[in-house]
Amino acid sequence: MPAEAPDRAPPSLVGRALKEALVTGFLAFALFLPLVGFVSVQSMTNTLLLEARWESLFSVVALIAIARFLYVLAGPWLERRRARAKPSAPASNLRKVFSKFFTPFALGFAVVYPIFVLAFTGINPGALKWIDNFGIQILIYVMLGWGLNIVVGLAGLLDLGYVAFYAVGAYSYALLSKEFGMSFWMLLPLSGILASFWGVLLGFPVLRLRGDYLAIVTLAFGEIIRLVLINWVSLTNGYAGISGIPRPTFFGIPFNASDEGFAAIFGLEFSPLYRTIFLYYLILALALFTAFITIRLRRMPVGRAWEALREDEIACRSLGINTTNTKLTAFAMGAMLAGFAGSFFSARQGFISPESFTFIESATILSIVVLGGMGSQIGVAIAAILLVGGTEIMRELDFLKQIFGNDFEPIRYRMLLFGAAMVLIMIWKPRGLISTREPSIFLEERKAIPADLLKEGRG
Amino acid sequence: MEVFVQQLINGLTLGSIYGLIAIGYTMVFGILNMVNFAHSGVFMVSAFIALNALLLITTWFGVSSMVMALMIIMVISMVLSAVLNWTIERVAYRPLRKSFRLAPLISSIGMSIFLTNFVQVTQGQRNKSIPPLFHKQIILMDNGNYTVAVSYEQITIWVVTILLLGAFWFLVTKTSLGRAQRACEQDQKMASLVGVNVDRTISITFVIAAALAAVAGSMYLMYYGVVSFSDGFVPGIKAFTAAVLGGIGSLPGAVIGGLIIGLIETMWSAYFSIDYKDVAVFGVLAIVLIFLPQGILGRPDVEKV
Repeated sequence: MPAEAPDRAPPSLVGRALKEALVTGFLAFALFLPLVGFVSVQSMTNTLLLEARWESLFSVVALIAIARFLYVLAGPWLERRRARAKPSAPASNLRKVFSKFFTPFALGFAVVYPIFVLAFTGINPGALKWIDNFGIQILIYVMLGWGLNIVVGLAGLLDLGYVAFYAVGAYSYALLSKEFGMSFWMLLPLSGILASFWGVLLGFPVLRLRGDYLAIVTLAFGEIIRLVLINWVSLTNGYAGISGIPRPTFFGIPFNASDEGFAAIFGLEFSPLYRTIFLYYLILALALFTAFITIRLRRMPVGRAWEALREDEIACRSLGINTTNTKLTAFAMGAMLAGFAGSFFSARQGFISPESFTFIESATILSIVVLGGMGSQIGVAIAAILLVGGTEIMRELDFLKQIFGNDFEPIRYRMLLFGAAMVLIMIWKPRGLISTREPSIFLEERKAIPADLLKEGRG
Repeated sequence: MEVFVQQLINGLTLGSIYGLIAIGYTMVFGILNMVNFAHSGVFMVSAFIALNALLLITTWFGVSSMVMALMIIMVISMVLSAVLNWTIERVAYRPLRKSFRLAPLISSIGMSIFLTNFVQVTQGQRNKSIPPLFHKQIILMDNGNYTVAVSYEQITIWVVTILLLGAFWFLVTKTSLGRAQRACEQDQKMASLVGVNVDRTISITFVIAAALAAVAGSMYLMYYGVVSFSDGFVPGIKAFTAAVLGGIGSLPGAVIGGLIIGLIETMWSAYFSIDYKDVAVFGVLAIVLIFLPQGILGRPDVEKV
């Protein structure tokens, strides 16, 4: 320690930072030694051999130690900034304007997004990636997030098996359309109804449970449905999944290269792009439908009952609200929306397998809801864009290969960073990105409720 | 009869592993009231630590005595997993301790995804398999066409589990650390008022939980001879089922629950359908929670206003 004063004076900042960096470095060394420092590889004779990777180990450890060093050094500065930020609690003018115009702007952007992409790339398959991987993928999660938001954000029921209803919707569409040739527009409501039926069926026995127990049982149900999908091979074709699922049509006009196809009828050159754009607007409409009914439901007695239930179940019961029925409606409503999203998903993919409905999927949707700020629709949308868009963009970072060499594949780090981001956002904003809550009922003036008052049930 | 005895032996072995993991869930739930999803990740990481340690001491240092090797890898895995879980608590849960209920839960889900993918990135996607450590087994019954045997691995698992549970029981009931831990479980604020260092106690809880999971992880590796990055999730959920079944917060309950879950799984595989064994376990979880929410040995949840 170069800067340590001899006579027990408080150690200087640099000295403290060095010490902390050293301690962190040791810790990181212990943490990363077994799994970064060593790797087991299969030899020619099929036995495992151990290889050491000292360079990776030491670069990781050094990186962490340096980060810690800089963080401690920046400590006083951060503290000062935080102290300065505190008094200016009332929202600034800019912020008010921002929050007022954000929603219409975001909506407008969502509507023109495909045109925007086409303007940049021209009508060629290159645009497909941006509309499909980013637009449609993100919107599916926005819709699922908004659907789960009814269950978790409004009714306060922690559901870790939401993907089960998504799966029910997807398989309903896939099986019914393949076996009976029913059209997408008939099956869309039907899969929603089937999913909500399952929601009621699963919800009925478990909704007496509270909090974490409910979470675990829903998780178990989600896993049961997935395992049944895997093992009931005669119906679902097991792991191999169902392929060749009929794609949706433009109100009866198929998107194909035939004379009856969309392109031919409208006098356009055939391109797979039209279907993608149609699907984009379809999921946008479905997502907006979800948002719309959520907003409307919040003002209806049942929505008020959900929110009351979230705040205090016992008070609800003493006021004569049938808590089981109220929970069931929330569960069924959430399940129905997941069913819609599921049937859209299988129509878009043309192929589904149980792989798409794992626990990670449920966890992703739940974290979108919680990271967005429970109950906040805009927050959920932003969280979906950040998490899903962020992981999708990792696929596009091939230029990093030039920096780190050809062995470096950004895709492999996708879920790793996803998990880390979940932890970091939670620590940074435990109540979610948008933690204020718009009251559904108010006296004289509508004002947003700051996060720290939410606990007192003022939402 | 022979099939039954064999499945009983297998079930108790599996149940011991689940029981050891379940203790980690139940302790953390008891003290922090949160489901620690990352615990299954810690279990899986510990199995990988054990694997690499085993390869290190057998192929690099040439230790040939398997008993010795097993003891060494267990200790290494326990220590390193404890450091890992201590860090996880420090980084991902402690900042959220005073925060609202769902925050640590989401954080732990994130941590679990992180751990799974960390192992996938650093150790590869493939299954890692090792040759069996002991080639011996004891034949208990033999009626000509079906032999009932106990392998040395199974005996090791029982012995280690019993020893560890004994030590653990002593730690929780007889030492001041255990007393502090039980005090924090009942009332953290009150415990801190009478001089219990709550933060330290919680840290130690995570350390103990990880050490037990590490033993389970090493034995899982030894028993099955194969481990992959995705191996944490299902045993983790089953161990959590065991903790809930036994009554969450109750330590003997976790062990009993683990044994019951292990037995249900093996019996179901033997007599009904091996494909649906996990469905059976999760079904049991749902049924138990619906009809007996406090579990076998748990205290009933009192609703307070």
